[in-house]
Amino acid sequence: MGHVFTIAWKDLRSELRTKESINAAAAFSMVILVLFSFVLDISGDARDFGGGLLWLVFAFAGALVLNRSFAREQSNDCLDALVASPLPGWALFLGKAIANFALLGIVELVALPVFGILFNANWLRFPAWTLLTCALATWGMTVIGTMFSALTVNLRLRELMLPVLVYPMLIPVLMAAMQLTTALLVGEGITAEDWIWVKLLIGFDIIFTSLSLALIDFILVS
Amino acid sequence: MKNKILMAVALASGLYLVRNLYVILLQLPDEAAQGAIYRIMYFHVPGWITSFSAYFLAGLASVWYLIKRDPRADEYAVALTEVGTIFTMLGLATGMVWARIIWGVWWVWDPRLTWAFICFLIYAGYLMLRKTIDEPGQRGRIAAVVSIFAFVSVIITYKSIDWWRTQHPGAVLSFRAGEQRMDPAMEGMLFHNWFALTAFAGVIMMLRLGQERMQRELDALRRYTHSL
Repeated sequence: MGHVFTIAWKDLRSELRTKESINAAAAFSMVILVLFSFVLDISGDARDFGGGLLWLVFAFAGALVLNRSFAREQSNDCLDALVASPLPGWALFLGKAIANFALLGIVELVALPVFGILFNANWLRFPAWTLLTCALATWGMTVIGTMFSALTVNLRLRELMLPVLVYPMLIPVLMAAMQLTTALLVGEGITAEDWIWVKLLIGFDIIFTSLSLALIDFILVS
Repeated sequence: MKNKILMAVALASGLYLVRNLYVILLQLPDEAAQGAIYRIMYFHVPGWITSFSAYFLAGLASVWYLIKRDPRADEYAVALTEVGTIFTMLGLATGMVWARIIWGVWWVWDPRLTWAFICFLIYAGYLMLRKTIDEPGQRGRIAAVVSIFAFVSVIITYKSIDWWRTQHPGAVLSFRAGEQRMDPAMEGMLFHNWFALTAFAGVIMMLRLGQERMQRELDALRRYTHSL
């Protein structure tokens, strides 16, 4: 596990020093929020579609962070050095995923209050559930995003293929997060009917985390 | 010899489909609630079963490729996925025609339909991804991992009628529903058509496999001439 945190800390430090992708992602999330205000009629309460809007913002802005995850290691052949180092593939993946999870968390922390203010939504009604939903869904996004970032890192048409592959894979997690967030914003909280979405999120996280950890070695070592 | 067998199977499945069409259109009666349009079910349900079976086998072939690095497994995976995608399109199209008559709209955003569409998008992404990678080893590895990831969406689609309350009709086949919900003659016909469609899918899969093999040989020859 030591290796995992070494990688996670390395990624976090290099990102927090340059603030390359996190600034871009935070700024981009603001842009999307503003753009949505033109698309949707928000004269009344925006809470009915708030959940969907919020997760689209997270997904688009998060992709900026996630895409860079492995691409960042390409300069100076850092990726080859990492693969050649005495570090198991799964530890590299998990470390990067944890770092990405933290970065996405920061972006979400910036975007949430702005969303609350601009769209008149009280996202603090059920703080524990909101936190849990965000954590589960963000981890799902992180795992898929990090894995596909690794898959496509050496590809000729990386920028083209990544969104085509990542967004359909993310639909289950986004769908669940949107349903839950809308339930939390509208004010009924999590009812018995919403449990299926909580289960879906947990199942998604478990399945794709284990699949990624099992398969990452096939991707990194050629 | 192999080609002759393939053509014989193709001919047999074609004749079988014609015979099934005759029974479906002229011998079986209309369904009590839906009328004549229910007959599209004989292509919709077997089409989806064929499609998902193809994806399942493609997933197995991908696992096999990752373990053994056998290029033939990769060829099976791509041939099966392409056939599966064609049958997914057939399933979506027949479903939409049925929905237009019964529900009055081509499409509703119901869990079963949505997941099925996601499946289609993911496997279309898989096929597009393959085209962008030139090096066969890298293509095989990456595609195999994506195929295994993609199969999760197939499982969700299959189980979605149990997990959510959907507008899509629930399980009707007795092995799935656990009881006889359909007239045995109608259910039997469904299996007849499933058999015919699967045989047909097998034939186009084998044709596609032959193309992939030839492609591999061509690539090897091209590399060889470059090295001279």
